[in-house]
Amino acid sequence: MIRAALKSLLGRKLRLVMSTFAIVLGVAFVVGTLIFSDTLNRSFTSLFASTVGDVVVRPDGGGDAPGGVLSTRTVPGDLVGTLAAVPGAARADGMVNALGVYVVDDEGKPIGGFGPPSLGANWSDAPAGNGLEGLQIAEGRAPEGPDEVVLDAATAEKSGYDVGDTVPLITTDETANLAPTLVGVADFAEGGSLNGATYAAFETAEAQRLFHEGEDEYESIWVTAADGVTQEQLLADVEATLPDGYEAVTGDEAADESASDLLEAISFLTTFLLIFAGIALVVGSFIIVNTFSILVAQRSRELALLRALGASKKQVVRSVQLEAFVLGFLGATFGVLLGIVLAIGLRALFATFGLDLSGQPLVYRPRSFVAAYAVGIVVTMAAAYLPARRTSRIAPVQAMRDEIALPEESLRNRFRYGLLLALVGGGLLAVGLTDVLGLGRVGWFVGGGVLAVLLGVTAMAPVLAGPFLRAARALYERLFGSIGNLAGQNSLRNPRRTAATASALMIGLTLACTMAIVGDSAKASVDRTIEESFTGDFVVSSIFGGSFSASIAERVDGVEGVDAVVRQRSGFAEADGDFTVVVATDPESLERLGVTFVEGGPADLTTGTVLLGDSYAADRGLAVGDDYVLDAAAGTVTWTVAGTVETGALLAGGVIVSIPTYEAAGYPPEDSMLVVYADDAASGLQDRLDEVLADQPIVTAKDQAAFAAEQREPIDQFVLIIYALLGLALLIAVLGIVNTLALSVIERTREVGLLRAIGVTRPQLRLMITLESVVIAVLGAVLGLVLGIGFGVALMRAVRDEGLEVISVPFGQLGVFLLLAVVVGVLAAVLPARRAARLDVLEAISTQ
Amino acid sequence: MTTSTPSPTAGREVAARVVGLSKTYGQGEAVVRALDDVTLDLYAGEFTAVMGPSGSGKSTLMHVCAALDSATSGEVLIGDREIGRLHDKALTLLRREEIGFVFQSYNLVPTLSAEENIVLPLAIAGRKPDRAWFDSVVATVGLGDRLDHKPNQLSGGQQQRVAVARALVSRPRIVFADEPTGNLDSRSGAEVLELLRASVDTHGQTVVMVTHDPVAAAYTDRVVFLADGKVVDELRQPDRDQVLAIMARMSDAGPGGPG
Ligand SMILES: Nc1ncnc2c1ncn2[C@@H]1O[C@H](COP(=O)(O)OP(=O)(O)OP(=O)(O)O)[C@@H](O)[C@H]1O
Ligand SMILES: [Mg+2]
Repeated sequence: MIRAALKSLLGRKLRLVMSTFAIVLGVAFVVGTLIFSDTLNRSFTSLFASTVGDVVVRPDGGGDAPGGVLSTRTVPGDLVGTLAAVPGAARADGMVNALGVYVVDDEGKPIGGFGPPSLGANWSDAPAGNGLEGLQIAEGRAPEGPDEVVLDAATAEKSGYDVGDTVPLITTDETANLAPTLVGVADFAEGGSLNGATYAAFETAEAQRLFHEGEDEYESIWVTAADGVTQEQLLADVEATLPDGYEAVTGDEAADESASDLLEAISFLTTFLLIFAGIALVVGSFIIVNTFSILVAQRSRELALLRALGASKKQVVRSVQLEAFVLGFLGATFGVLLGIVLAIGLRALFATFGLDLSGQPLVYRPRSFVAAYAVGIVVTMAAAYLPARRTSRIAPVQAMRDEIALPEESLRNRFRYGLLLALVGGGLLAVGLTDVLGLGRVGWFVGGGVLAVLLGVTAMAPVLAGPFLRAARALYERLFGSIGNLAGQNSLRNPRRTAATASALMIGLTLACTMAIVGDSAKASVDRTIEESFTGDFVVSSIFGGSFSASIAERVDGVEGVDAVVRQRSGFAEADGDFTVVVATDPESLERLGVTFVEGGPADLTTGTVLLGDSYAADRGLAVGDDYVLDAAAGTVTWTVAGTVETGALLAGGVIVSIPTYEAAGYPPEDSMLVVYADDAASGLQDRLDEVLADQPIVTAKDQAAFAAEQREPIDQFVLIIYALLGLALLIAVLGIVNTLALSVIERTREVGLLRAIGVTRPQLRLMITLESVVIAVLGAVLGLVLGIGFGVALMRAVRDEGLEVISVPFGQLGVFLLLAVVVGVLAAVLPARRAARLDVLEAISTQ
Repeated sequence: MTTSTPSPTAGREVAARVVGLSKTYGQGEAVVRALDDVTLDLYAGEFTAVMGPSGSGKSTLMHVCAALDSATSGEVLIGDREIGRLHDKALTLLRREEIGFVFQSYNLVPTLSAEENIVLPLAIAGRKPDRAWFDSVVATVGLGDRLDHKPNQLSGGQQQRVAVARALVSRPRIVFADEPTGNLDSRSGAEVLELLRASVDTHGQTVVMVTHDPVAAAYTDRVVFLADGKVVDELRQPDRDQVLAIMARMSDAGPGGPG
């Protein structure tokens, strides 16, 4: 029996390859994602391990700041001496750290900037925790005085500077532009990398002059343990001498903290990739169900014969399940290989975005492989379960009959179950989107709802498809005569099969269409909000979306034709576990910025008070006079709600404070946006602004149109990335169509032979199969578009309150999708049609 | 060679002609000569039967003549066209325009109704059926109100009559039928044979039919006997007993026995 099963597998290699393809892709995504994220983890864990001492001393609550925010609170320099004298300490070193120190390369472009930080520091030869060697001077020497800098090796190479060259630097503090001499290049002695971050180190006094206005203070102090002293022992000793207002943590703990903060921040990426693995697997399992259904139908006579020869029901079912197992195993194996390639590809892709992991070899954990095989085999066997079960209903006597109709569940029942499932899915979706029950876990509800609707519609598809296929047949007959009629009839012959094949395409297109609507609506919303709330004539902001030196505002203010400049600052904070953006500006400018007060007025925004967006306040049940508590850069702060305002684009976060309040919360005195108001008569202002910003390549001045375009760009990029990933789902679906058609051609070999015998030419035969393919593809596309529009509009309605008010359906783009479906249909038919056309007439006609 | 009546072939038009036709399968030791230097004229307006033991090459002869298969050597002429050198496209058109074929196992398109099956060759060629001709064919087929039934709703005999109608409807130069009654009981078989006979008598259709049944052969004007890929005998205006006699003689002769 096992032999028979394996033989029949080998006998159908091509079909095998095609139906495994989906498994291969799905598994590859799972494996690739797991390997990549393990690599990412390992790489950051080892990076952070080299950026902490045995014990780290920092201001109280220094670990509470939201990820990526550097507080302005410091540790005094005289504490270094005290800590060095602690019994278990070998030495203590003060550490200056700064963000936003951009290296400008020899072509005037800033290095990095997106994602990984641009670090500034004081040069220190203190060993990292556990005796790890951190960055070491690999070339030249350490910085010894003002105007000297050391860069990390990767940055030095990318920027094209050698020791002795002058390195232009841009900082986000008052000095804004520096031009020190490169005196040395630092590298990890034992391999490793900064993962794409740039690093510029100065002599300690110079670093303090640059980043601490010359005060003798540090961001943290590393205490190195003496020989034989553990981190815990040292920690106890340090804590005994530590004055109030400061805390000490072991290096291990500090490294874990930073690593887990960062990994949490980028965990969306893993989730995102795994969602696509899920999509590939769902689409793939449709194809497997279909393939196995057809194979079982085609082999029913053979299976009946086996039954007649004495095989039990169980044996017959097992033989099909065994095939599924082998298929799943093969798919998983190829998937693992492809997954490794994918992980390498992901690493390269992220390197182009600045996250450079080249120093870290790929990490293969057994978990990745266990997951691959589990997913591959379980999905395949689950998908083959129903078709396999159906074989048990084949009676031995059917071996003697001419035509075997496999007993199948009635379409009407199937429709009912499908409808029920779709309704439940719709309900889940509604619960998830509106979160009326306050259950949280929105993602699970929405995801589950979408999946249930898709599966429900798939179950209903054979019935839903009926009218469509009949209309298509009539149209085909009109356009292509009897060949068209034949093609139309063929698609009607087994609506189950046609619909299942189309459903695979439907899923990809549903998601693509939803994405198109979300993207288009988001862009329209951005446009509208900017149009409604853009004040002033120009906006100056960082091309990296970060902050820039406060001195830029003065420069811009001095430009001829500029009437006024309004500063805005923004920083991340966390309130009740949600990330928020705190925006700071000058209270007098609020009206000028177009902020509309619902309650209170500009004068109410005094130090220690906050203005909240009206919907933001309503969501949190906050009213004027209430306390608003949040984790800011310097730790937990409490502000009094002074008023509420209408939410708008420039103050999108909905949390507005004055600049002194902002600085008191530990945020650096750096601007993130300047709104420039021009004199009435000013002309040629853009050129003059560009000129004064020339040595600051990280900031640009743009008018409303350019600003809107800049804001739309990330949306476009995001949508494009999703399309690229959905392209894979599309590819799987195309292979599904190819597979179904190829199997149908084999099944109808005799009929094809007959048609050829009575005078159907090869081109006519190819046309027939192409038409059949196109109708399947268009059916999938139509179902997908309808569902996609439904999902898209529902989604956009649900997020209406969040400032995305416009629902825009890009019909042009949807039309392109439909056209694409026709192309897909034509392409999918190429191979099966060729195969059919090449059949030998006589052989075909005498096939049983 | 036994010829009961002198051949009245003079002046008759030839619908198809086979000259020195050979067809071999396989190579070397395993070579099978399915047809061995067959020369044969098939006359227009005549109902010809091809008989012979199993494996004697009857089906092969039909296939090669009907442009479904190619010969190893020799010539096949349909009308005055030599088909040996034609390419697929031309052969397809030839089959569509000049040849009708009836298979032993009906071979109807399951998705189409009886009527659609009948007109399929015309529809494919983009021709409109000649209504009067179509009606007369359908009338002789005698399906009546079952024309819009799908093949699986028809009996074997009905299906085969549809297949015959399909072969006749485009008024081909010649119709080949390979054991058209092989799957039918004697009554359904008789109906199909009468249909073929009628097409010859009333419309002057040329029909060539392979059969194992002496009763079926008695419906024809001429019987050609094959053995081991060669034409070994011929009979005009055959009746059942004459055919039986020749068949008995052939199986006595030995080498042409079933195989
Ligand atoms: N495709 C093929 N490959 C190899 N040999 C073949 C092939 N087709 C036919 N033959 C051989 O050619 C010979 C003639 O076959 P053919 O089918 O013409 O016989 P037939 O007279 O129609 O027999 P039957 O009365 O059983 O239908 C036989 O010996 C057969 O085995
Ligand atoms: Mg035969």
